[in-house]
Order: sequence, then C-alpha cells, then structure tokens
Amino acid sequence: MAQNVQILEGNAAVSEAVRLCKPAVVAAYPITPQTTIVEKIAKGVDSGKIKTEFICVESEHSAMAACIAAQATGVRTYTATSSHGLLLMHEMLHWASLARLPVIMANVNRAIGPGWNIWCDYNDSMSQRDTGWIQMYASSCQEILDMHIQAFRLGEDPHVMLPVMVCFDGFIISHTSMPVDIPEQALVDKFIPPYKPLWKLDTANPITHGNIIPSKNYNLVRYSQQLGMNHVPKIMGDIAKEFSETFGRDHGGMIDKLNVEDADTILVSVGALGACVKDAVGHMRKSGRKVGAARIRVFRPFPVEELRRICKGKKVIVFDRAVSLGIGGIIYTEAKYAMPHEDIHGVIIGIGGQDVRAQEIVALTEKADKQRLDNYWVGVD
Amino acid sequence: MEGLTGLSKVTKGAMGRTGNWRELKPVIDYEKCTKCLRCWVSCPEGCISRSDDNTVTIDYEYCKGCGVCENECRPKAIKMIKEW
Repeated sequence: MAQNVQILEGNAAVSEAVRLCKPAVVAAYPITPQTTIVEKIAKGVDSGKIKTEFICVESEHSAMAACIAAQATGVRTYTATSSHGLLLMHEMLHWASLARLPVIMANVNRAIGPGWNIWCDYNDSMSQRDTGWIQMYASSCQEILDMHIQAFRLGEDPHVMLPVMVCFDGFIISHTSMPVDIPEQALVDKFIPPYKPLWKLDTANPITHGNIIPSKNYNLVRYSQQLGMNHVPKIMGDIAKEFSETFGRDHGGMIDKLNVEDADTILVSVGALGACVKDAVGHMRKSGRKVGAARIRVFRPFPVEELRRICKGKKVIVFDRAVSLGIGGIIYTEAKYAMPHEDIHGVIIGIGGQDVRAQEIVALTEKADKQRLDNYWVGVD
Repeated sequence: MEGLTGLSKVTKGAMGRTGNWRELKPVIDYEKCTKCLRCWVSCPEGCISRSDDNTVTIDYEYCKGCGVCENECRPKAIKMIKEW
C-alpha cells in the first residue's frame, strides 16, 4: 500500500479528512472559540483542493442550522466547533438527531468558562450526551483522520442515520504535530458510499418536515432514535474490521483494548487521556502488574455490552476528565450502570487542561490498592 | 420502526380543522371593504382568498382567529366577534 505520510496537527488532519470525505456543504463560525480547523478548510476551498460549498455563518447555532437545512436537501454536510461554540449549538443538536440527518462534526474538547480556560477537558461534549448524537473520541492525529472516515460511514448507515460528533483533546492533540498517513481518495470513496438520505426536501415530491405531531407519534420517533443507537455497537465493530482491512490501521471499534485478557485490573478512559493510560499500562506491565486498558472510542451509545465482557470479574478504575456535578465522573457513573456487580473505582483528573502523566496514573492505580476511590478528585488537596 | 422522523405530505389541513382552535371569528363588512388586500397579504395562515375582482373571503375551516387581519384593516371593515 502506497504511503503518503505528512506531519500534521490534529486540526490539519481534520481538513484532510474533510477533503477525502467530500461533504457538499461545510457551514462554520470562524471566530473564537473556533479552532484553526475552519481556517484550514477555508484555505482548502480557496485553493480548490477541497470541493465543497463553504458557508461562513454568524454563530454556531446558525452553523448547525445551516448544516441541517443543507442536509435536508439530500446532501452530506460537515461543521467543526469547540467548547462554548458547541454549547451554543445545543438546540440544533437535538434537531439534527430527531430529523435523522447524519451531520458530521468535529469538536475540539476545551473547558467551559467562567473562569476563562481554553484548555482541555470533556465537559463541553459530554454535557451534550443526551442530544441523540453519536460521540466518538480520538487519541492521536492519525486517529482523528481515520475516525472521520468511520464517522461518515457509521452515521450514514441506513440502520443508524444519526449525526456523529468526532471529539478530540484541545491542544493536547488539536495543536500537536504528528505523522499522519493520508489514504488515497479511491480507497475512501470505496469505504464511504454516496450518501443516501432517509428523506429529502424535493420540489418534485413536496413534503413538510418538523410539523407538529401527536404525542403517540412523537413517542415512536424518540424510540426510533434509540433503535438507531442500539445498532451502533455491531455496525461499528464491522466498520472497524473493514477499516483495518482497507487501510491497514486498527484503532479498535467501540473500545480500544490493551492487555485486557489476562489483566486483573482494567483502566477505563477516553481520548488522549486514554493514550496516556495505555502508556501507564505499558510501564506497569514491565514491573509485572497485570493491568489492561479500555479506551472508549464510542461514548454514545455507551459500550455497555463490551465493557461488561472486558471487565467481568475484574477490578475497574475509571479516569474521568469530565464531571456531572451532583453525582460525579461521567464515565464512572455510567460504568456503574453498565457493571453493577464489579468493583469500580472512579478518579476525576485533568480538569481544565491540567496535565496528566503516566506516572500519575500508575500512582493512582496503586492508591486504589489501599483505599476506595469513589469520585476521587485529583489536585484538590 | 427504524428511521422515523416528523414528516408529512403536503395536503390542505394536514393538522386537521384548525378553525376549531378559534375563540374570536373575523367577519368582513363588505360595505366598508376597499379591496386593498392588506388582509390577504397579512393572514399568517393563508386563510384569506381573493377572487378576480379582489373580493376577499375567509376560510373558516382553517382560520385560527388570530386577529391579524382586523389589526391590519385600514377602513376597519373586519371585526373579531365572539363565536361561541
């Protein structure tokens, strides 16, 4: 397989992905909290490298509304945002999902103000977890590009038809340069078939969308979204397998697993934090400790069945970079639902972009030998 | 039940007889009407129709009784009256 490796920042990997996945329309707000993603896409459009209709809108709410409207005419659309920009989209996020329009979007994870903090944590996207969007978290620049290709394929699957958010850590990977192997256009074209909409606005066959519907029907529309989500784990598994056969890279499916089979302790996390946890697992394995890592790639739908299988009869430590205030670490609380019978510890770490190092993960794993870590919040004592 | 969303075919009165929602009913006094068509332009529901000579009529099957036409009518030819 021919290789085309370039040194790219995470944000530049996104614009390469947009070029390859060919959305017909990109609508985005260009000013802060926007990242350099949109700048790079705009440059690509200007130079003719990226063939799309670029709409520069006045807010993130408008960006999502423009994507929804464009996608409703039966074409593929894309946008990118970050932090407060994502929060401003909130209403429209629900709309895209309920309309079954698989808009694809990158979100660069950055903390929410006040106080103003531009660094990474996952509270921006994780607070959008109930909007009916599939949420994926990448852990490297290569995975950002590859995850976009998987996201278009997954969201547009006829059994799924839901929008997908590709999330990755602000600065930690969004602004870090890494080698990225850029696949050939022909392979991507083969992997993502042309978009077949569930419905579209067409003057030849007039319909109205978003009309008032009775409670009984609305209930079915909601249930239908849940069915779409329920299909994701199986379809994502198939996509990951086909992806590795096509492109020669395997990032995992719903979960990226490392040394889980013979482990007595499983460390659960997402994103670049998950890459750090895998590093820590490598160090602990060298000193003979039987630990494994489960880095969640698809957080919505939550990978309940696979986590249960991986963690059965084992000790589990969840590292959360986001918190649902009033209950605790978001993945921790969801893991408790998924695995009511396992011994689960929860650590809240790296909030507001605090650096997380592998040694710290090792120390916390050892700490969990001596005491129960229940929403143990790092850096507050 | 896969892939459900809120779609409807374009038909007259897809949501039923919305005229039933009405509290007050607009009634045109044709003696006063100057056929200016302000009401026809302003009706948010498209319930006022015009004939070739610009005589306007209100479709009470679907008029929700919002009163915009009364408000817009300069010669005060439209009055909202209690219906029930």
